[in-house]
Amino acid sequence: MSLLDFLRRRGSAPVARERLQVLLAYERANRGYSDLLAVLREEIVAVIARHITIDRDCVAIKMDRGDTVSTLEIDIEIPHKAGALLVGT
Amino acid sequence: MTAKVVVVTSGKGGVGKTTTTAALGAALAQGNQKVALIDFDVGLRNLDLVMGAERRVVYDLINVVQGVAKLPQALIKDKRIETLWLLPASQTRDKDALTEDGVGRVIAELRETYDWIICDSPAGIERGATLAMRFADTAVIVTNPEVSSVRDSDRIIGLLDSKTEKAEKGQRVDKHILITRFDPARAARGEMLTIEDVLEILSTPLLGIIPESQEVLRASNIGSPVTLSDPASGPARAYLDAARRLKGENVPMAIPGDRKRLFNRLFGRRAA
Repeated sequence: MSLLDFLRRRGSAPVARERLQVLLAYERANRGYSDLLAVLREEIVAVIARHITIDRDCVAIKMDRGDTVSTLEIDIEIPHKAGALLVGT
Repeated sequence: MTAKVVVVTSGKGGVGKTTTTAALGAALAQGNQKVALIDFDVGLRNLDLVMGAERRVVYDLINVVQGVAKLPQALIKDKRIETLWLLPASQTRDKDALTEDGVGRVIAELRETYDWIICDSPAGIERGATLAMRFADTAVIVTNPEVSSVRDSDRIIGLLDSKTEKAEKGQRVDKHILITRFDPARAARGEMLTIEDVLEILSTPLLGIIPESQEVLRASNIGSPVTLSDPASGPARAYLDAARRLKGENVPMAIPGDRKRLFNRLFGRRAA
């Protein structure tokens, strides 16, 4: 074990404290909304399905929490025919 | 008599709920309080084993809830302390057999004749855990100084503030943190979350600090609450202090060490 490793090991409690503070601030703010992603997914699928026939398994929703900005990534696979319709060709 | 209903809960498993239920219950009973311990861990009961009563279980909580047995038939009297009783969980039945009405009736009946009803919650946030906390006046949230335990305690605090009968009536469950398996030397070296870290993160008052100790395992090995198996040990003294705080006494916070260590060292005996 190098000296650097040794020093790093010593300081793990402050890292734990900080990670917990960030995580719990988020979890407390979202208490009761734990199924928000599932709700979003259903509603997005419903809106699109009104116009295009899509496979509901081809909708992927990902959430990524950053320090300053969080992103919601929605990935919808559109069948070839409907895709042609969309871009107007 | 109107008992105070205490839930011992944590969210996370393996942090010491059953050990704590046994030790706090015994400590209160040692102070001449009449105490009933209820195991809510249907299918995975262990409070009977930790209390050394595993061979005396005839009826259980679900039998009482379903009217198969009367409450006095199911309660097991402790052989060491006159005023301590245990209501075991069912080992074979499905946990869905526990109903809110049934649990409410059992607790209402116990309230009339006991000073304390201590509910040992199962891990998790499912039915067993929510029923264990449902009728609580006071909650003891058992927390290890470790990230996953602290996170789960925070979740449980959220449930105590929303899913209990008190919360639904607009009242508050009186919540306390009990830190178990604490190692002061490791915390001082920055290797373990400190007491201050945990309390600041959870913003909940402290009931006690139970030091990491071999005596806890020894107590469960022999089927005795640690406050009885070795009252001079660090964890026993910490639990005895915590029980006095539960009763509303003002006891200075300390992290007791094992008193007998010096004695054993002098006489060359092995601890434990």
